[in-house]
Amino acid sequence: MDFILDIGTWISLLIGSFFLLITGFGLLRFPDLYTRIHAGGMADTLATAIICFGLALQSGFTLISVKLLFIVIFVFLTSPTATYALAQAAFVAGLKPKLDGFGGPAKTTSTNARDD
Amino acid sequence: MEEFTDIFLMLLLVAGSLAVLYVRNLFVATMLLSAVSFLMALLFVTLDAVDVAFTEAAVGAGISTVLYLGTLALVGSNERPTAKLSVIPLLLSLSIGGALVYATFEMPTIGSPDTPVQTSNVTKRFVEVSPIEIGIPNMVTSVLASYRGFDTFGETTVVFTAAIGVLLILSQKHIRRREDDEEDSTPRPAVSVEKSHDQVGSPHDLIPHVVSKILIPFIFLFAFYVQFHGDFGPGGGFQAGVIMAAGFILYSLIFGLHITKQILPLRVVELFLAFGVLLYGGVGIVSMIKGGNFLDYNVLSADPIAGQHIGILLVELGVGITVTAAMLAIFYGFAGRAQGRGKDVN
Repeated sequence: MDFILDIGTWISLLIGSFFLLITGFGLLRFPDLYTRIHAGGMADTLATAIICFGLALQSGFTLISVKLLFIVIFVFLTSPTATYALAQAAFVAGLKPKLDGFGGPAKTTSTNARDD
Repeated sequence: MEEFTDIFLMLLLVAGSLAVLYVRNLFVATMLLSAVSFLMALLFVTLDAVDVAFTEAAVGAGISTVLYLGTLALVGSNERPTAKLSVIPLLLSLSIGGALVYATFEMPTIGSPDTPVQTSNVTKRFVEVSPIEIGIPNMVTSVLASYRGFDTFGETTVVFTAAIGVLLILSQKHIRRREDDEEDSTPRPAVSVEKSHDQVGSPHDLIPHVVSKILIPFIFLFAFYVQFHGDFGPGGGFQAGVIMAAGFILYSLIFGLHITKQILPLRVVELFLAFGVLLYGGVGIVSMIKGGNFLDYNVLSADPIAGQHIGILLVELGVGITVTAAMLAIFYGFAGRAQGRGKDVN
């Protein structure tokens, strides 16, 4: 039984790390602010949840698992909100996306793209 | 593995600090500084100093970042370029840095058993006798609130004095009152760096409003937990006060300073600011009246250990109230200034 739990933990940790790695690549490689926070906000939240699940497998039905669950709930609420607030603030400030949503560059050239 | 974590965190710390120095945009520098503070908190956790890590994460990464942002809203976000190379500050910082590095050669290695802290008789006495004398599991709290109660009283007074100083410098009552009258016709929120003033109340803010309404009660609950669980685990008045203030500041950032001031006016904050210190000092006076020394909790109850518990609880409560009020007073000071000149900012 312990062996199966260990394998489950390892799989969860690896998947979570994979998503975190993707987050890092996305933050570096994506062209503008909106795509970058898209990478940072979504994969990050999922990775936290998966990693905490893997850790909870190790601790079993204890208080530690409850704390991990609280961490997941907290991150699940706050991280997308922060992403949303950031995108909202950038949009209100007049930052135009660089891409048009169909894989090409946006037609209207952004005037104040100071995202990097 | 632990060495790897330590080295990794310290490298990040160095990189972050250098980045703070090199970056010219002050907003970016503030955010980097917040990240550096958070790294410091992580380092404190790896050193098992959870009480300090709490404070660093809440003050360094949280509240001081908000204060910096409030300041930047007043002064603008771009550093003025300085062309000339100044030699004396460079020499000064190099020599101080060199002296500090030289001093680290004298420091004992981490975890070595023969450091002065490990072998000192004072440490031995605290570790052996404090569970009997004070009877609470968290030795940090028993040292901080009971053995060194007088020092902590001094610290609380310092926090109190700092808040009074900030209020004196930043409040400028007569100027602000005039501007408040102007603003009564058009209610505007506090300086919130993340949002434009015109957007408050629009449907775009619905998500932050709802999520913060869900979170803020739990932040307050956590603050009370940290306050009253400080005898048994990491925590205490300082940490709880900062977390409590962070809850109010979050509310103020999302809903606006004028609404927060309706809930908790500056006058009430000033009252609490003084009340915390008075509560702390009052415990000392009561213990003197009951025939002990100043801040000698043994005489507070018939049973010395119960007396210690009552004393520590009240004293930590005083610290918590003062720290909450001080943080809020400083925040009100900064944000009120930014609000008064809000028309120039955006």
